[in-house]
Amino acid sequence: MFEQLFQFLVTGITVGSLYALVGLGFALIYNASDVVNFAQGEFVMLGAMIAIALLDAGMPLLLAASAATLLTIVAGLLLERFAIEPAKGASVVTTIIITIGAGIFLRGVALLLWGKDFHSLPPFSGDTPIQLGGATVLPQSLWVLGITVLLVALVRAFFNRTLLGKALLACSFNRVAAQAVGINVRVMLRLAYGLSAGLGALAGILIAPITFSSYEAGVMLGLKGFSAAIIGGIGNPMGAVAGGLLLGVLESLGAGLISSGYKDAIAFLFVLMVLFFKPTGLFGHQLVERV
Amino acid sequence: MRLAGFYLFAALVALLPVLFPDNYFVIVIGASAGLHVILAVGLNLLMGYAGQISLGHAAFFGMGAYASAILTTRFGWPSLLALAAGLVATGAIAWLLARPILRLRGHYLAMATLGFGIIVHVIMVQATRWTGGPDGLAGIPPLNLFGWSVEGDLQWYGVIVAAMLLALWLALNLVDSQVGRALRAVHGSEFAAQMMGVDTGRAKTQVFVVSALFAAFAGSLFAHQQAFVSPDSFNLTISVELVTMVVLGGMASTFGAACGAIALTLLHQGLVVFEDYEMLIHGALLMAVMIFLPQGLFVGLSQGAQRLWVTLRQES
Repeated sequence: MFEQLFQFLVTGITVGSLYALVGLGFALIYNASDVVNFAQGEFVMLGAMIAIALLDAGMPLLLAASAATLLTIVAGLLLERFAIEPAKGASVVTTIIITIGAGIFLRGVALLLWGKDFHSLPPFSGDTPIQLGGATVLPQSLWVLGITVLLVALVRAFFNRTLLGKALLACSFNRVAAQAVGINVRVMLRLAYGLSAGLGALAGILIAPITFSSYEAGVMLGLKGFSAAIIGGIGNPMGAVAGGLLLGVLESLGAGLISSGYKDAIAFLFVLMVLFFKPTGLFGHQLVERV
Repeated sequence: MRLAGFYLFAALVALLPVLFPDNYFVIVIGASAGLHVILAVGLNLLMGYAGQISLGHAAFFGMGAYASAILTTRFGWPSLLALAAGLVATGAIAWLLARPILRLRGHYLAMATLGFGIIVHVIMVQATRWTGGPDGLAGIPPLNLFGWSVEGDLQWYGVIVAAMLLALWLALNLVDSQVGRALRAVHGSEFAAQMMGVDTGRAKTQVFVVSALFAAFAGSLFAHQQAFVSPDSFNLTISVELVTMVVLGGMASTFGAACGAIALTLLHQGLVVFEDYEMLIHGALLMAVMIFLPQGLFVGLSQGAQRLWVTLRQES
């Protein structure tokens, strides 16, 4: 029983790491622009699919992964330039629909490029399972965990220690004030979209060897990432990371102990409960709406 | 005079099968568009007038459809009674859900409605004993209206168009009622509406329930018309499509929503030939309309025409 629980925990943390990365991307964009980017899941899909395509074309894995991340960052910048910037000042509902449209568009592009088939990436270092305290861990899970920890630490350091990160943070508090002290808000906005797309792409590349990828693969991951951001209190990057891990573990426990078919329902039921009883997130602080 | 547009539209849809007899395109696609109009007009009450987004509206559509499907096939209920039961059940669920969910705003509301839609969809797929699971439920008997069994494409066109006109008429009157004014006040500023003495919580609950009832009604008709339901007809994609219809035509305009529903139905038919491009075009269209004509095609174009008319008159 205990071993089984441990196994669920390992699986949950692996999946949760991805939710955490996607949620972190949501939080970055939300902080910089007050926009919830519903196309975030498509960055994950693009990262995975481009990496797979480049690998198939004969590129070595590391190069394919780097190129895929860069190309996805370009897609994020294009999204910001051609869909978000022209709609500046639009209502929340309008921006939600624009990003939903962008997500459908990117899925449409992926469908044209790669069809409806499922693709997968070979594991980074073989697929001989490792026995760890009674649980079976895939080497890829360790890659996922390790790189997630590294990326989260990097993002934290970026915000806390670099001038650029602090400037981005300033934009999230007050854009006008940030502009007034000489921060180029427009550049910061692009930086946020680029970073967020990059994080998404890396998440996609990390998970591609475990779950198969297809043009639709980003939808659920994106929504779970958004859920992670909401559980953590929207706009709170480290809250999103915690929320993602929590959601992953909960989902894995639900799938193992209750029913695997209902795992998405369990995850979203949890999100609904958080929204109903603590809408500012489990780790957020009270926000006052300005009238 | 207020309903002049409505009578014109009613005459047009009634004349269509006369002008194009035995035309598959008009009758079948027309019926499909009619169902979409009911859905979009209902959702527009919530989105356009009250300003509350719902990304889970397909759930209510599905509840109506599954209520009719399950009650008629598994319990042998008469179709009208099953339809009524579906409306009552969906209305009750919407009412229970309304208060907690509509306290949320913006992104939170989007997430909550989305989550609700996904939960309902998962139940449709998983509760195989009741819903037939991913394969769905087949063999739904025809709709029986007081002894008249609705069969054949033309009869269905008539029934759906009548239902659509009823929905339009209800929506147009609702918007001009006291409730409608309260809703528009909520959209403008919920805080200001409260200060003016509008019970905003009540107004939002009412419109949420009405909007769900429109969807459930369309769902029951859909189940009988198709004689088959499966979870695929009620997933997230459909919820997003319903939102697309509303914003495509123009929010806060009943005819705008209706036009959006018809336009998207026709677009889907037109794009069948370019199957692989459909998604791409759908996404690009959604983005383009929201960026360049955020008030919607129908409303945007009619406002443009009005402005042009005023300018022309001033010049002459």
